[in-house]
Amino acid sequence: MADGKGNIDRRGFVSGCARVLGAIGLGGLASALALRKGRTVDEVWQIQPDHCIACDKCQTHCVLDVSAVKCVQCFALCGYCDVCTGYFPTKYDALDTGAENQLCPTGAITRKFVEQKAGTRYFEYTIDESLCIACGKCVTGCRLMNGSLYLQVRYDRCLNCNECSIAVACPTQAFRRVPASRPNLLGRAAHEAEEALARKQAAVASSGRPCAGWHALRNEGRGGPDGPAEARQA
Amino acid sequence: MRTFQALLGLVLVAAAAQAVFAAALIPTPEFTGHPIPTAEHPDPVARLPLRDWLDVAAVAAGIALASYFALRRRTRRGLFLLAVVSLAWLGFWRKGCICPIGAIQNITLALFDRFYVVPAAAVVMFVLPLVATLFFGRTFCAAVCPLGAVQELAAVRPIRVPVWLDHALGLLAYVYLGAAVLFAATGSAFVICRYDPFVGLFRLSAGLDMLVFSGVMLVIGMFVGRPYCRYLCPYGAILGWLAHLSRRHVRIPPEECIQCRLCEESCPYGAIREPTVTPPAGKLRRGRRRLTVALILLPVLIAVGAILGRRLEAPLAGVHPTVQLAEQMWLESRGLVEGTTEASEAFRNSGRPPESLYAEARTLSHRIGLAGGWLGAWVGLVFGLKLIHLAIRRRRTGYQPDPARCVACGRCFWYCPGEQARRGWIEGLAPKGTGRTNEPRRAEDV
Repeated sequence: MADGKGNIDRRGFVSGCARVLGAIGLGGLASALALRKGRTVDEVWQIQPDHCIACDKCQTHCVLDVSAVKCVQCFALCGYCDVCTGYFPTKYDALDTGAENQLCPTGAITRKFVEQKAGTRYFEYTIDESLCIACGKCVTGCRLMNGSLYLQVRYDRCLNCNECSIAVACPTQAFRRVPASRPNLLGRAAHEAEEALARKQAAVASSGRPCAGWHALRNEGRGGPDGPAEARQA
Repeated sequence: MRTFQALLGLVLVAAAAQAVFAAALIPTPEFTGHPIPTAEHPDPVARLPLRDWLDVAAVAAGIALASYFALRRRTRRGLFLLAVVSLAWLGFWRKGCICPIGAIQNITLALFDRFYVVPAAAVVMFVLPLVATLFFGRTFCAAVCPLGAVQELAAVRPIRVPVWLDHALGLLAYVYLGAAVLFAATGSAFVICRYDPFVGLFRLSAGLDMLVFSGVMLVIGMFVGRPYCRYLCPYGAILGWLAHLSRRHVRIPPEECIQCRLCEESCPYGAIREPTVTPPAGKLRRGRRRLTVALILLPVLIAVGAILGRRLEAPLAGVHPTVQLAEQMWLESRGLVEGTTEASEAFRNSGRPPESLYAEARTLSHRIGLAGGWLGAWVGLVFGLKLIHLAIRRRRTGYQPDPARCVACGRCFWYCPGEQARRGWIEGLAPKGTGRTNEPRRAEDV
């Protein structure tokens, strides 16, 4: 150390050099990591629905009292069935919204009549996220049919722990970190269904409008992986 | 009712058959007056990074303030209050994530995994206290780290740990650091986060094992000052090394030490080193011989560590979830275990051949085994350096804090008559050796 009078002894000089080198090294490490291919984006935890087996780990292992994971309905994939295997348990008494007929333990799924066509009644099922506890019962049920219900981490609730407790417990390693700017993941079937629906809607919209022109065509041609994700978030 | 159930049964069978043979889905109907809605997701606006950067700013401000309190103002009360604020903000409000201790793993994974994207906030969070320690000593530990703060509050009756035990237990932190780096580098786990003793307290939610661990650490912390910081914290291990180089560091007497020995007992962390005396020639020679032996022993310890570490492949690899799954699948296929697990069931349903899983697990296991060798070498290096460190003869003229162990809590300030004279609590001191008569005005601090 310096002896306090402006003179520096050998020890002080060596430690001073080591200090400067250390600071430069740490700064270098930080900037090397920060500037690495310009990819330092912030990330959030998300579930890959195709890997998810809808066990109840999301319900029980989140550090929050009520899990940050919620059930999401992909309407484009939903069959709007009257006998919904995600809504009704296998031994229901009646096809109504009575609590005893619901699979969901918290009654978080809302069943709403939409239309009757050719003798078939169609119902829309929406998730009330404030009630959902991510037990995955409806997801398992729905997989018997279309599999339009899936679990997603709600990044506005998620604490973004450095090591997600659910990810540790997840039996299929379905948790991954995704960019915070594009935080939702869709399963393959849901992705295809949403794309098909978007195409159909675009076709209807362009046929309705006389002068859609090249603009619509260009959007159509944008079939890369970025296209559907942006469309989803719009 | 029966018909409905029969119908449902039929539908289930049909659906199961569909799932097996072809993914023919029930088509989404086209309604006349009802558009198909899209799923609603929360807004992905960048409020998360902002929150993280706010934490980084808080840590930076905290370190600056703690350094000012510890080095310039020399106030234990200021440091204590800052620790309480840090505990409330970074601990209980922000739930302790992301912290520099855990950031060790993010940095490691980023260095070893090209596809892992490390958040910029984590990089800054990791580097900031390290650089600050190079200049001001471990002021981050004093009053910014929420884990340190909770233990600072818990230390009500700290006893002195015997020096030999203190040195021995202190090595645990380096072993833990090595293990944490190994598991992070191989993508097995973030063990520092998984076994963080106090984060469950901040979140008020943890598994039973971690709650017990947390409680045990708190109870130990009442009698042994900062047990996590001293004997486990991997970041503290790095900070300790850097603190040896620190430009300015906490001094016990503000001016010259009068060797009154009042501070000696004040440190609950065993960080105060007494002045040295020149030993007789015989002892000097023995010391030199001990140093030579330690220097020769260093490469031997590294080699032995590497060989022993290499043998730890099976237990170390068992932490990786893929290796665990492969092990389970293999045991099931041989009929060596009863029943299946959710993971093995899911793997079988995925249709992937188990051979590819086994191959993947074998590659992983091999890599982890190699890393185990490095871990063993690291542990050998740490033990060897400790021996050398203990064998080197030091020259100290007054009572000084050991920069590696001192967490700048500021307890010793009030015990120093020099400090009391500086504050004008007592009359000026006689030059040397008479300090014992000056009783501190306040024996108890905050």
